[in-house]
Amino acid sequence: MSSYIVATSGLTQSEGVHLAYLVASVLFILGLKQLSSPKGARKGNITAAVGMIIALITGLIGLHPSSGRVILMVVGVAVGLLVGTLSARKVKMTAMPQMVAAFNGVGGGAAALVSVEEYMRLVAHSSQGVVFVITVVFSVVVGSISFAGSVIAFTKLQELMTGRPITYPGQQAVNGVVVVAILSIGVYLVGFGTSVALVVVLLAIALFLGVAFVLPIGGADMPVVISMLNAFTGLAVAATGFVLGNTVLIVGGTLVGASGTLLTKMMGDSMGRSLGNVLFAAVGKAAPGAGASTAGSAEGRSVRSGTPDDIGVMLAYSQKVIIVPGYGLAVAQAQHVAKELASALEKRGVDVAYAIHPVAGRMPGHMNVLLAEADVPYEQLKEMDEINDQFKLADAVLIVGANDVVNPAARSDASSPIYGMPILNADEAKNIIFMKRSMRPGFAGVDNELMFDPKTIMLFGDAKDSLTKLVASVKAA
Amino acid sequence: MSNALIEYITVFVLAGFVGIEVISKVPTILHTPLMSGSNAIHGIILVGALAVEANAHGTLQVVLGFLAIILATINVVGGFVVTDRMLEMFKSRRPEQSKQ
Repeated sequence: MSSYIVATSGLTQSEGVHLAYLVASVLFILGLKQLSSPKGARKGNITAAVGMIIALITGLIGLHPSSGRVILMVVGVAVGLLVGTLSARKVKMTAMPQMVAAFNGVGGGAAALVSVEEYMRLVAHSSQGVVFVITVVFSVVVGSISFAGSVIAFTKLQELMTGRPITYPGQQAVNGVVVVAILSIGVYLVGFGTSVALVVVLLAIALFLGVAFVLPIGGADMPVVISMLNAFTGLAVAATGFVLGNTVLIVGGTLVGASGTLLTKMMGDSMGRSLGNVLFAAVGKAAPGAGASTAGSAEGRSVRSGTPDDIGVMLAYSQKVIIVPGYGLAVAQAQHVAKELASALEKRGVDVAYAIHPVAGRMPGHMNVLLAEADVPYEQLKEMDEINDQFKLADAVLIVGANDVVNPAARSDASSPIYGMPILNADEAKNIIFMKRSMRPGFAGVDNELMFDPKTIMLFGDAKDSLTKLVASVKAA
Repeated sequence: MSNALIEYITVFVLAGFVGIEVISKVPTILHTPLMSGSNAIHGIILVGALAVEANAHGTLQVVLGFLAIILATINVVGGFVVTDRMLEMFKSRRPEQSKQ
């Protein structure tokens, strides 16, 4: 780029490209800014998308592909467009988190492939600078980890495999060897020799590391992991920007890498967990699913269960009822019936509020989205800090498909995997109605003492079914 | 170090600071949409995928570039569409608030 101001009225092509990339970068920043306030969030997404379109069109300037190559490029974009739009449109709101993981993973994979290809193309002709090789290695390794890690996160959240942490003896040693192998190959490529084959090996090992590193993380911690992998992909894309000498890739990738890192920390904070705890808590514990047996398991202990009729009457004559919705409510698509129950109770003069745990659902904000979809008034949705003092005033708390977020073990049992997570004080209510499909432990794989509390009545069955029956009995009461 | 490299490093460092500053005050309910929206932004890798495909030599490079284009396009399109769907849900409550 020329370093002086050209006195002519026109711009060279390269200057035009740089300016257009600057516009795109500014739109990305404005988009992120708007996305972080409730008022402008939707507009922010569109702002960023406009920036993307500008960057993509600009990126095509100065390329001179053959006509055959043009066809391939168009077909590639068309396929991606079709798959991307269809999957984003068809996905259920409940499956949002794994969809985000999938979209993130493919981005990481693309970054790794682009760097591998550029390496193949350039080292065939001449040797390249140190920074070129360092950034190739970085984007191949981090992009591949992000891809493979996202695949595992998707598989866990989609329940194609167990959400529990998977551990095996020697896990740390295996991971250690893999990291050492990656570093050695990286150092060799940067300082000593050129080899396309080794770059491919590097890619393969990094894929393995991505898998190995997400396997021991429990399903409940997945949002934090996805957020971190999102930041990883951002950094891989930024590194690819160095490889290709493209500033808009550097800006876009770095913005996501930096904001994603901060966002990961914020998510961890809202769950009361440090990143180190999330990533390495299960590693090094010999038995898989450690913690599942804390405080005695479900067998041999009795719980009190009730019928929808009894519980409906109790609710109808309460003054204050707090509903604690969880992922089970979303899975059963019961948010609309829950709203119906709340309306029926309000008609009788009962004060109803929803207590939303920061990680209710499977991601921060997930439950707000689902309840907004069911037209639950915003004012009834109370955040944890706002409502935690009110549980002791509530006549009844109705726990629908939530589990870990009301588990007292988070406060008292230091050996529990969820120890330290802030929870809703549901146990302080006068009566606790725990709606559950079965006695199966929650997503974190931990038993819940609250089920054995003398104040607790269990209502077994599908959340939607049970709520429908409750609505009927409240109306009849 | 070349001038171009210095320029890239400058851009990288400044973008890093901006990325942190720009989202420093985000409410919990927006964590998921923000993650998803920024996820779409790193789909900018599509610019790179298109460029390397245009310059590719030989079948292997062409195939890799083609794959990268598909993956990157899914990232961009899926990312923006899914984020818009999430944020659409927040819209319905605004008229209710303004009524009072």
